[in-house]
Amino acid sequence: MVKLPIYMDNHATTPMDPRVVDAMLPYFTEKFGNAASRNHSFGWVAEEGVDKARNQIASLINAKSKEIIFTSGATESDNLAIKGVVEFYKDKGNHVITCVTEHKAVLDSCKALERAGKAAVTYLPVDKYGMVDPDDVRKAITDKTVLITIMAANNEIGTIHPIAEIGRIAKEKGVLFHCDATQGVGKIPVDVEKMGIDLLSASAHKIYGPKGVGILYVRSKGPRVRLTPIIDGGGHERGLRSGTLNVPGIVGFGAACEIAGREMEQEAQRLRGLRDQLQANLFERLDEVFLNGHPVQRLPGNLNVSFAYVEGESLLMGIKDVAVSSGSACTSATLEPSYVIRALGTDEELAHSSIRFGLGRFNTAEEVDFVAQRVTDEVRRLRDMSPLYEMAKEGIDLKSVEWKRD
Amino acid sequence: MAYSTKVLDHYNNPRNVGSFPKDAVDVGTGVVGAPECGDVMKLQLKINQEGVIEDARFKTFGCGSAIASSSYVTELVKGKRIEEAMAIKNSAIVQELNLPPVKIHCSVLAEDAIKAAINDWKTKHEGRQPQSDQGKAAQG
Ligand SMILES: Cc1ncc(COP(=O)(O)O)c(C=O)c1O
Repeated sequence: MVKLPIYMDNHATTPMDPRVVDAMLPYFTEKFGNAASRNHSFGWVAEEGVDKARNQIASLINAKSKEIIFTSGATESDNLAIKGVVEFYKDKGNHVITCVTEHKAVLDSCKALERAGKAAVTYLPVDKYGMVDPDDVRKAITDKTVLITIMAANNEIGTIHPIAEIGRIAKEKGVLFHCDATQGVGKIPVDVEKMGIDLLSASAHKIYGPKGVGILYVRSKGPRVRLTPIIDGGGHERGLRSGTLNVPGIVGFGAACEIAGREMEQEAQRLRGLRDQLQANLFERLDEVFLNGHPVQRLPGNLNVSFAYVEGESLLMGIKDVAVSSGSACTSATLEPSYVIRALGTDEELAHSSIRFGLGRFNTAEEVDFVAQRVTDEVRRLRDMSPLYEMAKEGIDLKSVEWKRD
Repeated sequence: MAYSTKVLDHYNNPRNVGSFPKDAVDVGTGVVGAPECGDVMKLQLKINQEGVIEDARFKTFGCGSAIASSSYVTELVKGKRIEEAMAIKNSAIVQELNLPPVKIHCSVLAEDAIKAAINDWKTKHEGRQPQSDQGKAAQG
């Protein structure tokens, strides 16, 4: 028997790997020093821990350790990268290129700059698989463009963007390239050199590390990237991010990166297997299930599907022993269905019917079987209760119906 | 967000799920909401010659609170005269199910469904445009 509840929402956050917890523990107690204390062993010991973590993280993304700036998470890293570049390079230009399916940390940073009159932003569309066309990026570049910001992999549909191609275009045009790689780092190969990335955001809690710690990679050479900090203070992190370092968190992030680097290939293969098994089970047992995202260029643990005629929140309610998430309006703070799914150009109601499964390190094949069966049973039950399913089965074209809206 | 016990009860054991033949003279059908808004309710009422609601069925596409609202409404209207049913306010549903503010629209939809179903029955009964509404949402 599987143990309930089952956690299958690993894009939202991940449980910590016990090996990461072990690495962190001493830094809460005997190694509690402030990494900025220069004159005693407590400070040096803490700094050693931070230095080691910086190396571990840098090596996972093929960066130099001095290029890693610690932050409170990817949200802060995205803010720092986008606002910091736009502010610093304001004499050079004010144009930013991003895409419509980015995380809110990127989109809202861009919107804030627009509102403040500090930037003009181009939001590129995506294709039906959620992928940005590098040609669109190229065409959007003007002589005022200072930054391109495109994510490595999408947090809802798992689609992996052609990052290396976008990086090449950015280099060719002499524009800085920021990549929010929060969902990519540790799961798929990310190499700032090969991919031409100048700034990169990542977060520990997505890769079995602690919450509240992230990094911004800032390229030091070819080109040397400059930034205006958004947090002022004691001048930590080369003046780019002031504030006493979260030493245990940083040590944990380092350990998480080291494990991820070592085990990535094997883990990706295992997760892809589990994900494909889940997908196959659902598609075999149910009709009218639609895949959201790219069929191939997709994160190994991601499966985002729409079960037509079933509203997402009601499905989540029915499978309460299984933690997954939905793009339904009812599950979002804004009461709007997922802007990511809507950007794919599918029918609006399929956004309400979308469910995101996020498989992770600790999920098992038994759990996948259990979840597939639970979801199948519940979708069937809810379809028996759904007027839309009934109408569709009667052959009524739902698009031809005049709906009575409020 | 935690659901109230009553919402959970209706969601897990929905009352009166199903359909009546929509062309039957004694059946009034109301379909309200829209798929792209994330909720559609179909409520059917079987109403006798005296204007008393004898039975009710529903099918709902929507969140748990929408399902619970329609399920509760099928119980609420049974045995009521159509004038009484027309007077049911969404606040009665909110109160019974303990709906939070973000779910009030579910109760509004359920109230609309009652009115739409009764109006459909009235239209049929007055013998006016008996079948001209086919294809429209009101006919399901
Ligand atoms: C793509 C992406 N960017 C940014 C973030 C924000 O990360 P954090 O929780 O570390 O602020 C997330 C996580 O929700 C994410 O998936």
